[in-house]
Amino acid sequence: MKIKRSNAYSKMTLYVVAAVFIALILLPSFASNNVMERLTVLFIYIIMAAMWNTLAGFGGLISIGQQLFFGLGAYATIRITNMGISPFVALLAAACLVGLLSWPISTFMLRLKAGEFAIGMWVLASIGHLLVNLDPLIQGETGISLIALNQYTIGNRRLLIYFAALVSMSGLLLGLFYLLRSKAGIAMQAIRDNEEAADSIGVDAEKVKKWFFIFAAFGTALAGALWLAQASSFQPKTYFSVQWTAYMIFMVLVGGLGRFEGAILGALLFFSVETWFAATGVWYLVGLGAVAMLCSLFLPKGIWEAIETRLGITLVPVGYQVTGLIPDSHSKNK
Amino acid sequence: MMNSLVQAILLGGYYALVACGLAFMFQVMRIINLAHGSLAILSAYLVWEITDALALSPFISVLMILPIMAIIGLLLQRVILERATKGGELLPVLTTFGLAIVIDNLLFQQFGANTRSLSPYLGDLSWESYEIFGLWIGKLPVIVLITAIVVIGGLDLVLRFTPLGRQIRATAFDPDTAGLVGIDARKIAAISAAIAMMTVAISGTALGLRGTFDAYAGGPQLLFAFEATIIGGASSLWGVFLGGIILAIAQSIGALIHPQGFLLGGHFMFLIFLFARIYFNRDVFSLKHWFAKRNKGENAA
Repeated sequence: MKIKRSNAYSKMTLYVVAAVFIALILLPSFASNNVMERLTVLFIYIIMAAMWNTLAGFGGLISIGQQLFFGLGAYATIRITNMGISPFVALLAAACLVGLLSWPISTFMLRLKAGEFAIGMWVLASIGHLLVNLDPLIQGETGISLIALNQYTIGNRRLLIYFAALVSMSGLLLGLFYLLRSKAGIAMQAIRDNEEAADSIGVDAEKVKKWFFIFAAFGTALAGALWLAQASSFQPKTYFSVQWTAYMIFMVLVGGLGRFEGAILGALLFFSVETWFAATGVWYLVGLGAVAMLCSLFLPKGIWEAIETRLGITLVPVGYQVTGLIPDSHSKNK
Repeated sequence: MMNSLVQAILLGGYYALVACGLAFMFQVMRIINLAHGSLAILSAYLVWEITDALALSPFISVLMILPIMAIIGLLLQRVILERATKGGELLPVLTTFGLAIVIDNLLFQQFGANTRSLSPYLGDLSWESYEIFGLWIGKLPVIVLITAIVVIGGLDLVLRFTPLGRQIRATAFDPDTAGLVGIDARKIAAISAAIAMMTVAISGTALGLRGTFDAYAGGPQLLFAFEATIIGGASSLWGVFLGGIILAIAQSIGALIHPQGFLLGGHFMFLIFLFARIYFNRDVFSLKHWFAKRNKGENAA
């Protein structure tokens, strides 16, 4: 019997990821403006999906209120740049602030269960929205622009935002990867698979969930801040809309709840669906809702789970693999 | 001051009405139906359509949509919730949220962005009021409040004194054991969902009568219903009734403090009750606790 953390597929993944990353860094030198802007959006979607997956897929916490952190991330960026700080420093500072704020929220909200936690978070998002509306700087629903970005030329701005999104996405995914491979992450995956069983062997679910909650809040806030940089104007109604959480749920449910690769796959799918069908307006949203509903009913672990179990492929090795236990068994990441 | 208190209590009647279906489903099936508000808006549109097409009074149209919503409830339970609950307690949350998105956007597709109201079909009733001790009290809000009392009282009586009520209570308490004594838990769950959807139909109509609604108004109604349920303690339907009134009073106080404070007042009251429930004795804030205590005291005396 052998226990290992990676296999041939994951070594291949490493090379592919490295190649993709280098390609993405070099991309601005030849890609068109439109491609760069769309890719920036894709990076933000991947962050959002990965963060919601962190919470729901690994923590078993379904939140309908992640727009709270998304909106607060953008709002904090506005507030911080207003003090004369460079917008790109402000992005990170805003996400850190929101991450800090999520700590007291977590101690309180994590006491709630399933549906109560879900809608409770929604109420918090609504409170966040209403409080931000009270800030005279924001001018209510009129909103405000991120004027500080005007110090850069349009070309530079596009380039900087692209790199900010790329670095944020890579950093968060890498962070999530190591978090999942750490002791806390193994504990989290144990909780995902069976909370009572994990509890019985001494996994402190509360503490682990709290860290995942804070990590997801930080990442979602960063996504909100990046979205603000990319869209350059802030209206509370748009940023605190429950729509964002709906998108996150769609991406994760379709891609694969609780699978590292699932969130990325889901974000790619959502991005393509949006590119092709967003023009159909309302029917597109009806379709998203319906697909999310059907996925949760018939394919609760998403497309990636189907791929993983059928083909035995694990691209991102976040668990341990036991081989040789039964001769000829497929190596399986559980 | 007195006036806003009276208005708040009347508004609380509406919140109680919209919350009782949510609380009922939560009690019986342990499901928080995230499509609850959207279904209320759906029934408001149905009532509006029937009223408009057949030139009926909305009070007649709501009777016509009660069976429709009951069937929707049956289907909801049989087709969606039954399957979702098998996959654990998280899946119903996701599924009903997906359903809410579908309903909201279909309504938007069908009816557009304009707000609608049922009050134009009421004639004089929409503005008639009673004068009591110098306060003007609208007849319509009083009707909604009385409806809330009748609906909750009726549900309470059914639960307490009928064979169906006993079966529902048994299923809510422990579906497996209920099955052992010959109760068809599947059937009871479907009937409960149908009953909950009938209250949803009534609350949607009440919303349309009292004010305006649009395709995306379901989310806020869900939040009101949820807040009233939590404030009321979710353990009894009369608790939910009180929760609705407390929510409305908190909103009025919020509005007195700041012009934009109406919703915030309600949300903060919700947080206070949630806080109290989490950090103190779980049911200090439910009616049951206080009544049980008083009865004990009387017995001792």
